[in-house]
Amino acid sequence: MSAFVQITDVTRVFGPKLSLGEKIAAKLGGNVETRSVRAVSGVTLSVRKGETLGLVGESGCGKSTLGRAIAGILPPTSGTVTIDGAPVMADGTKATTRVQTVFQDPFASLDPRMKVGHTVAEGPIAHGLTTRADARRYVADWFDRVGLDPAWVERHPHQFSGGQRQRIAIARALAMQPDVLICDEPVASLDVSIQAQIINLFLELTRDLALTSVFISHDLSVIQHVSDRVAVMYLGRIVELGPVGEVFGNPAHPYTKALFGSVPKLVLDADELVRFETIEGEVPSPLSPPTGCNFHPRCPCATTICQTGRPSMEPIHDYRSVACHHYKACLGKEEHD
Amino acid sequence: MSDTNTPFRRFWTEFRENKVAVFALAVVVTMILLALFASVVSPQNPYDLANLSLMDSRRPPGFVGSGGYTHLLGTDPQGRDLLSAIFHGLRISIQIGLAAGFVSLTIGTALGITAAYLGGRIEALIMRLVDLQLSFPAILLALVMVALLGQGKAQLIGALVAAQYAYFARTAYGAAKAERGKDYIEAALATPLSGRLVVWRHLLPNCTPPLIVVATVQIANSISLEATLSFLGLGLPVTEPSLGMLISNGFPYMMSGRYWISVYPGVALIILIVAINVVGDQVRDQFNPRLRK
Amino acid sequence: MSDPVLSVKGLSTHFFTRAGVVKAVNGVSFDLARGEIMGLVGESGSGKTVTGFSLLGLVDAPGRIVEGSIKLNGVELTTLSEAELRKRRGHEISMIFQDPIATLNPMLTIGQQMKLAIDAHERVSAAAARSRATELLTQVGIPSAAARLRAYPHEFSGGMRQRVAIAIALLHRPSVIVADEPTTALDVSIQAQILAKMRALARETGTAMVWISHDLAVVSSLASKLAVMYAGRIVEEGPTATLLRDPRHPYTAGLIASLPAMAKPGAPLNQIAGSTPSLLSLPEGCPFSPRCTHASGQCTTDADMTQNGGRQWRCFHPVGQTAPEPA
Repeated sequence: MSAFVQITDVTRVFGPKLSLGEKIAAKLGGNVETRSVRAVSGVTLSVRKGETLGLVGESGCGKSTLGRAIAGILPPTSGTVTIDGAPVMADGTKATTRVQTVFQDPFASLDPRMKVGHTVAEGPIAHGLTTRADARRYVADWFDRVGLDPAWVERHPHQFSGGQRQRIAIARALAMQPDVLICDEPVASLDVSIQAQIINLFLELTRDLALTSVFISHDLSVIQHVSDRVAVMYLGRIVELGPVGEVFGNPAHPYTKALFGSVPKLVLDADELVRFETIEGEVPSPLSPPTGCNFHPRCPCATTICQTGRPSMEPIHDYRSVACHHYKACLGKEEHD
Repeated sequence: MSDTNTPFRRFWTEFRENKVAVFALAVVVTMILLALFASVVSPQNPYDLANLSLMDSRRPPGFVGSGGYTHLLGTDPQGRDLLSAIFHGLRISIQIGLAAGFVSLTIGTALGITAAYLGGRIEALIMRLVDLQLSFPAILLALVMVALLGQGKAQLIGALVAAQYAYFARTAYGAAKAERGKDYIEAALATPLSGRLVVWRHLLPNCTPPLIVVATVQIANSISLEATLSFLGLGLPVTEPSLGMLISNGFPYMMSGRYWISVYPGVALIILIVAINVVGDQVRDQFNPRLRK
Repeated sequence: MSDPVLSVKGLSTHFFTRAGVVKAVNGVSFDLARGEIMGLVGESGSGKTVTGFSLLGLVDAPGRIVEGSIKLNGVELTTLSEAELRKRRGHEISMIFQDPIATLNPMLTIGQQMKLAIDAHERVSAAAARSRATELLTQVGIPSAAARLRAYPHEFSGGMRQRVAIAIALLHRPSVIVADEPTTALDVSIQAQILAKMRALARETGTAMVWISHDLAVVSSLASKLAVMYAGRIVEEGPTATLLRDPRHPYTAGLIASLPAMAKPGAPLNQIAGSTPSLLSLPEGCPFSPRCTHASGQCTTDADMTQNGGRQWRCFHPVGQTAPEPA
């Protein structure tokens, strides 16, 4: 199986935007933040044709930034993203139509003053996927496909519920006939009973249209449900990558293990209280990430090498890898406890 | 939801609840109509010098002049019927206010949105210029501009625009900057749509509510600024008196008991400006969701 | 069982808006025992947050409590004056919000704010206040608490700020804390730390809690009792594990079944069709009936709460009752 989307050594740095005054203050030794944030740091990753890659991590881990880099919305500081061998940013600045994104908040991602049919139609018209004359029928087809009444194209976003708006956002993305769909926390702002509707729609559409997709979420149960493979991110780096069943069933990286342990699970079978497995401490500031392995200050099995040497992604077997110096020893040790 | 529930209709339903604003809107509309049809409703054409008789000058309200009709509000030092002069003066004031307002709106919006959309050096350049200009009083700028450009309608409008576009630029910039960061703009850029499409179809329509509010206030400000310039004798030629000049013409006679020459045009000016501002306040309240119940 | 510290009966809070009367809370009743944690679960617009605000008398115009009784330690709160209420708020009953930054004053140090919160209800010396503040900050898990008293809110991380908010809520050892989604904005690793802390605190201090959340998994690991809200009403209430394992109300059942954890990965989830009704125009009878697969003609009338073995539900056609329990 070959890579369809290839992400090679992508880094994205956000520098502080300093005003003239702040620059002068910084020169004079004032207390001005001049450090930059490496939101994504040297990520290499591939997505195979037709698969759903889950991208999971806590807030600030860089998963959304990576998603935007793959979509060609945000150019990486260094590194490349290619689809089927072709770079996503043709001239280095402009996004491609081959990747489309569904954003987190459907209340913010639709233009409040534009009829929703028009919102869905304008991309395909601009790129010649349909004609102005034919746009109505084209949009109605997509509305039907995502489970919306085609008669609703004349309405404005405020006339829809959150779930319906997310369907419109999905229709807008798919109407561009992309090869790759990026879903950036598409159900995070929806009610629980609506989440299931949107997840089902996603599963159905990616299967029927044979879409390749990257599904970004902080919700492990959602990731586990929709993904074929999963990449776990921590402080801008991928720490573990593998088939979803294996990673969830037997996490290799201490962070993955701790993350899974701290997610509250639905308690159904016992009246007694569950024990939380908590990770000590907090996520360090991305302004000054720890040396060596990013996770070492919170890691139960860190040694001196973790403070200095940055672990690279090592294959555990053909299709699974982890960035940890001690993943074998650590896991073994924990099991003996 | 059917077609009866258009945004405009909803807006009007809410507007109607404020009786004062509805009354003010009626006043504004009436004054605009009076100004439009000034030559029909006026008993006299105050610009036709052949019509004027010095015999009739400075007569009090209710005086029946040589024209054979009653001067309801009296006459001015040139013997003009004051009521007719006010109607025609309104026309000039509103004309200049609207023209200056719309030209400033266009220029200011273009600059503000360009700055917000492009960012970087262009943003810094445009907005620092605007800030610099906003630090001077509008009347001072208008005076300087009139001095540079000379007298005349176009020159006057130019001076008013120069004094006011910055307010629109600031408002448009603020609104566009806020909208620029929202997901729907990012979604449009990610599609990708061209920058031109994003600005015209998404950014501009979403920046209009605050601009409409500023426009109402600034049109009122243009009218009063024009009146001030005319009062100072820097406005239009004497042959076409606006409200400000009418006030100015009557000013020397205030102390000799001939109050009406200044007071009635002044009252007309105040009613117009207050009414526009009341309407503007209501529009602002309706566009500002934070003030909503 | 002793008397409940908090007893709510038939509470209704409505908002009188331009568009009509929004019946945000509609006849909500529950009891809370000392040290008990009750999860109040519901989706957006279910009325869970307004219920929480009503308990503290914090409902602002155009909303007001139109009906019902709230008894805190035997005292009726709904008829108290604002001054009387203020004496109890922060003292006998306090609240933790989703966003701690909104409740902390950015201009004051944590120590100053805690001193003010103590002074609002008691007269104590500065030294005593400081030691009490230090003790509470330590209790909620803030390292080197004494030194952190001099820090400003912006110098804390989101998780630490929420701990400070919890410490302030605990200052007067209130009988009841109303917590409105306090961990929703936090990362899972921080959330787990705070959940563990809260559970321990409730046990140690005897403070009862109403834990408002949309996340069934969070409350299931924290609360001993659950109340599920839908469109302004409690549709089902009972001991957490029993209720989740064997729900009676079709809405609760649908909600649990729709969780991704309940299905095989990649398989379609059991979704509830439709969306929540507008509180401006609720359907006749059961508000869930238009989305309910069990609904019948009877459902256009109001169902009473059915009491059964320590749990209760509001439904004519409860699920799971006719079928025998699996062995």
